Amino acid sequence: MDELIFFINKVIVAGTVLGSIYALGAVGVTLIFGILRFAHFAHGDMMTLGAFIAYVLVGAFAALGIHLPIPLGVAVLPFAMALTAVAALGLDRGFYAPLRRMGAQPITLLIASIGVTLMLQGLVRLFFGTGTRTFFEFETKDIFRFDMSWIGGSRPITVTGPQLWMVALVVVTVLALHLFLTRSRLGKGMRAMSDNPDLAQVSGINTALVVRVTWTIAGALACMAGTMLALDVSLKPDLAFNIILPVFAAAVVGGLGQTYGAIAGGFLVGFAETLAVFDWAVFVRPFREHLPDWLATASGLSLVPTEYKLTVAFVILVIVLLARPTGIFKGLST
Amino acid sequence: MALIEVRNVVAGYGGAPILNGVNIAIEQSDIGVIVGPNGAGKSTTLKAIFGLLKVSSGEVLFEGEDITNSLPDRLVPRGLSFVPQEKNVFTTLSVEENLEMGAFIRRDDISGTLEEIYAMFPVLAEKRRQPAGELSGGQRQMVAMGRALMSKPRLLMLDEPSAGLSPRYVLEIFEHIVTVNKAGVGILMVEQNARQALAFASRGFVLAQGQNRYTGTGPELIADPEVAKSFLGG
Repeated sequence: MDELIFFINKVIVAGTVLGSIYALGAVGVTLIFGILRFAHFAHGDMMTLGAFIAYVLVGAFAALGIHLPIPLGVAVLPFAMALTAVAALGLDRGFYAPLRRMGAQPITLLIASIGVTLMLQGLVRLFFGTGTRTFFEFETKDIFRFDMSWIGGSRPITVTGPQLWMVALVVVTVLALHLFLTRSRLGKGMRAMSDNPDLAQVSGINTALVVRVTWTIAGALACMAGTMLALDVSLKPDLAFNIILPVFAAAVVGGLGQTYGAIAGGFLVGFAETLAVFDWAVFVRPFREHLPDWLATASGLSLVPTEYKLTVAFVILVIVLLARPTGIFKGLST
Repeated sequence: MALIEVRNVVAGYGGAPILNGVNIAIEQSDIGVIVGPNGAGKSTTLKAIFGLLKVSSGEVLFEGEDITNSLPDRLVPRGLSFVPQEKNVFTTLSVEENLEMGAFIRRDDISGTLEEIYAMFPVLAEKRRQPAGELSGGQRQMVAMGRALMSKPRLLMLDEPSAGLSPRYVLEIFEHIVTVNKAGVGILMVEQNARQALAFASRGFVLAQGQNRYTGTGPELIADPEVAKSFLGG
């Protein structure tokens, strides 16, 4: 039974957490692609920026002596999301909007976004240095241990407070996004513009407003994803640079422009990564006596070593694209 | 005062102009039909009115006011509406959502207009929850027309509404256009089915090489042997 509990801790919990983060990032990437038809490479750094904004706010809350029953990192989230959305709107106005007005090709915008990536990373390093920081300088991270002795386990299932918050917030966010896209006038306008930008313009849809709403949502979700990642692990200036590749893989696997596809792709990539680095040796151990020596004494029976986790996303990406070139949910092409 | 008046418009896509001084004028009670050979500038005329390409000289007046080079998000609230020839529905949106998008600029209650459209095209009411991409060509054309009517326009412009439709649907679409016109909406359309469209046109414009060649009522143009010989296939 302990093996199963180990599996739940290492794969189910970790995969859900990673999948939630990838899903939030991939939704932003896919919305921007749907509306503006370019791959926003700087999305990972919008996540980092959002996390650092949340970090500063946590410091400010702590300095003011504010103590809350919920983790400060979660409490500041609404403010940090609003500020990151404003930053995303500023990035669009400052860099991408002028290029669009000149009629730039998607590839030009992609390269501009790589420039924005480098700029954001530089800015974060300029203000915060290159060191690793934690959100839990002023409070402790709650850890919940679910006793499993009732089914014969000697170890508990372990979940941290931020992880529980994260899952709850992702469920609420996905529901809110779904209602926005299917019920509200602006949400439907967003889907219409993603479907057929020329017809959206002809219909009199205020396309500039739709673009602003898209950046607002993408920025807010990026902040949420970045802060969650920082709460779960730690806060580093290159936090999201490593995550942008699986996030893109998730968006492409789900079908570019498909919001639900991006969510599915995020969880698919998240679980695939945790499954691939999981050490299956724990499941071999109980049967040791019945197995040949080479298998019984094997250690580290994971598909890939942890440091090669990133490759998993690409293996999935390649397989899905070979089988379904437009992604699981039929996506847009450039 | 004319509903829409195009005066000596010169326009193109950046290179040599495609329109070299086009003149069009119709009243609210009119059905105006633009015919002419391929490359005469028929569709370009509609796009120039609707701000989809730059007018370099001449002017476009709507109800006497200058709207030259205004963009669609200004024109739709003023009462102009346009049905493009191709890709004229949102394929991933439901029929009803397509219609709602036509009313995007409206802030008042749109349910009455929605019911009027469903009364005109009962088949759309049946399929209101279905993605428009799953509909047949004729039904899509109805969605496209319905979408354009949702903004309660005073001028409806259609680019080859009968393109790609079976003869049965061509007649049906033309009948709907006459109905819309009787309800007080001026019509300006481009048609490949020249003879059939001119038969019910109160104003006909024959364009060639980006200029007006003949103008008259539809029946007059059909009766004109010169027009019939050069533009209506004898």
